[in-house]
Amino acid sequence: MTDLTQTRGSGRELISFRIGAQEFCVDIMAVREIRGWTAATALPRSPAFVRGVINLRGAVLPIIDLASRLGFPSTEPTDRHVIIVAQIGTQLVGLLVDAVSDILTVTDDIIQPTPDVASDTAKTFVRGLLAVEGRMLSLLTLERILPDVELEAA
Amino acid sequence: MAPVDPLAAIRDTFFQECEEQLAELESGLLAMEEGDDNPEIINAVFRAVHSIKGGAGAFSLGDMIRFAHAFETALDEMRSGRLTPTPDGLKVMLRAADVLADLVRAARDGGEVDQDHSKALIDELRQLGGATGDGEDGDGDGEEDWGDFSFQPLGVAVEGPSSAAWRVTFTPRADLYAKANESALLLRELGRVGQVTTQVDASRLPMLDALEPEAAYLTWTVIVTTDQGEGAIRDVFEFVDGDCDLDITPADGPAPDGGETIEVADASSAEPAFDISALLAKVQSAVEPAAETPTETSATPAAALRKAETSAAVAAAGPAAGATIRVDLERVDRLIDLVGELVINQAMLSQRVMEAGLLRASGVAMGLDELEQLTREIQDSVMAIRAQPVKSVFQRMPRLAREVAAMTGKPVRLVTEGEGTEVDKTVIERLADPLTHMIRNAIDHGLESPETRQVAGKPAEGVVRLSAAHRSGRIVIEVADDGGGINRSRVRAIAVERGVIPADAQLTDEETDNLIFMPGFSTASEVSDISGRGVGMDVVKRSIQALGGRISITSRPGLGSTFTMSLPLTLAVLDGMVVTVFDQTFVAPLTAIVETLQPKASDIYSLGGDTRVISIRDTFVPLIDVGFSLGFRNEQIEAGSGVALLIEGEGGSRAALLVDAIQGQRQVVIKSLEANYRQVPGVAAATILGDGRVALILDIDTIIAVTRSAESHRAETPMALAAAG
Repeated sequence: MTDLTQTRGSGRELISFRIGAQEFCVDIMAVREIRGWTAATALPRSPAFVRGVINLRGAVLPIIDLASRLGFPSTEPTDRHVIIVAQIGTQLVGLLVDAVSDILTVTDDIIQPTPDVASDTAKTFVRGLLAVEGRMLSLLTLERILPDVELEAA
Repeated sequence: MAPVDPLAAIRDTFFQECEEQLAELESGLLAMEEGDDNPEIINAVFRAVHSIKGGAGAFSLGDMIRFAHAFETALDEMRSGRLTPTPDGLKVMLRAADVLADLVRAARDGGEVDQDHSKALIDELRQLGGATGDGEDGDGDGEEDWGDFSFQPLGVAVEGPSSAAWRVTFTPRADLYAKANESALLLRELGRVGQVTTQVDASRLPMLDALEPEAAYLTWTVIVTTDQGEGAIRDVFEFVDGDCDLDITPADGPAPDGGETIEVADASSAEPAFDISALLAKVQSAVEPAAETPTETSATPAAALRKAETSAAVAAAGPAAGATIRVDLERVDRLIDLVGELVINQAMLSQRVMEAGLLRASGVAMGLDELEQLTREIQDSVMAIRAQPVKSVFQRMPRLAREVAAMTGKPVRLVTEGEGTEVDKTVIERLADPLTHMIRNAIDHGLESPETRQVAGKPAEGVVRLSAAHRSGRIVIEVADDGGGINRSRVRAIAVERGVIPADAQLTDEETDNLIFMPGFSTASEVSDISGRGVGMDVVKRSIQALGGRISITSRPGLGSTFTMSLPLTLAVLDGMVVTVFDQTFVAPLTAIVETLQPKASDIYSLGGDTRVISIRDTFVPLIDVGFSLGFRNEQIEAGSGVALLIEGEGGSRAALLVDAIQGQRQVVIKSLEANYRQVPGVAAATILGDGRVALILDIDTIIAVTRSAESHRAETPMALAAAG
């Protein structure tokens, strides 16, 4: 179902990153590149978490403010912010985050299911939780990151 | 490159060639119908059917072979002058060409063909052939056996059934291989006719350095002992007739002077075994250094396939069509993308140089100007690669016209003009559906019945004219009929009845005519099979608009109607006006802009709420604040500030778009938003500007439509026309 279900040998590699004080990670296989923030062109009548579009070597890349998408206060991007270019299906999407911190190699058994108490947002985007060196990381699934089509009406 | 099944590749090539042959066939028949009696045309027509039959044989497509054979037989009668082409006969032939096209498509896509229909046509074709009184050849019982393509006795044997020996001398020419035939298969086939003894004469084989890989050097002499007569032997070589030297004589006759020969096969097996090593040994002894055997000796299946593939490719590139190559569309598109980036990069470079404060007259700036010109030229040339003549879609229309004519009982002549006009491939592909619909409409609704026409003093046969031409950077396609023109009172009555317009609406003739583009409008009082159900000209209009085109109609009572479509030549670039809205850069399509103006506060009037109009030379048009309309700001900018673009949307509706400032005109490369995101209302696409940032291209029509629907709550009907003029 998701691109995260594949396991290569003993474990999988994840890229971890920060949004505010929170730490998250995504499967490294979904990540195409990481680049610095550049000003985006705003799209009319789009959800607040869509920062706009940027030019990625000739392609038009939508930028999602991941903080806002996950229900945190929206980001005020600076030059130190980072865009993670991820592949979702056939599309490329830029995820605006505070900073990329690490690459982790984990096995599936240390990924704990998201607790039942979590909010709808968490259920939609968080696939599981990891405990790494005493910190909690949320493993994100990216499929629903783009706005739903039904929001489209004008 | 992913490995491709070689057989599938050959099959693809075969079907591609079939399409070409079918086009040739149809245009040939149409030319004959026009009265062109050039023998080359009937020959070309015959060859087309013959090649299709040959290819069908190779792929064991029984239905196609049977049909093509009957067709070919009738054509042969015509070719040999025994059958004079009459208009009726040619009509049968044209219908037969349609059925053949169906069969080809069914074989390709795995569909079904109306068997009864094709059988009926086979009968008609036979009657055509048989009507000449010469039913002996081709019309005979051979046909029933044709399905399994096994070259059984054809019942036309020249000799009696007694067994006789024949000496067959077979020298293929290079053409034979170029047409994807294969000597080994022919010889194997010959082995099924009777007992064979095969010898190959390799004396003409040159030294390796002189060897032409596409040429043919070998001659086979086969002694065939068979009770099936000479006819059966000739049939084996039927498809290579003309591409080889073939000599069949009774075996006790004098042997042709063969030079040195190599015995390669013993006769007892039906499979002629090729002793390649013997041939190789000969080649090796003669040539230093020895390498691969020439392709003629390709007896292994893999080699045969390779050979067939290359020769198929040679045949496709063809001697006929001039110097052309087939290129993967993906590669062309990749090139177009790259050139698009080059254009952007060049623009960025220019901007940087200007920012660096270099003088316009400096060497760098002049060099940059040249670079810009060169880039523009490269871009144009690359775009030209994607351009194709509209012929590919135009040539589908005669058949459609025939079918609709048959269904409606209205005789029609379809005249096409400007088939060589070139336009982007994507535009061509997406033209087929709207054109189909318009031609149908022109015949079904546009033309009157033959009786009515005669009463009106017109010839019974209606004329539908389909033409294409380049006009000011766009392609203009017209579909014109010489029918009765639009019945305006009826159109109006129906529009009122369906609630498209209010009963008291005042419409000009032109506006009335354009009502047929309104959704859900169909003038046919009962829905006919031909003009479809519920889909009307509004669908046509929408698909044309989706291509960035416009469509309009002019109609003169009693003289006919003309639909005019104007389309961009390419979907990849756009001439745009670069404007600033709320600190953001946008691009408005230049084709939609009528004029730009600096609105005076005194010309702007409020109609209450957010609705404002501007007076332009005493005409009031809606004034749309783009930033407000797109939701970038909550207040409209003050009357009297900014710049207005007077635009004309599809269907002629006008509006003035208010923007903050105009930056200039520029050709921009269109980039899809949907590739990585999705459609955004009010935005047609995106582009990348000289500073490397993305700018959005405004979707003028949505902006007008959104504003209008927001304004016109009170009017229940979607009045597109009220704002016009």
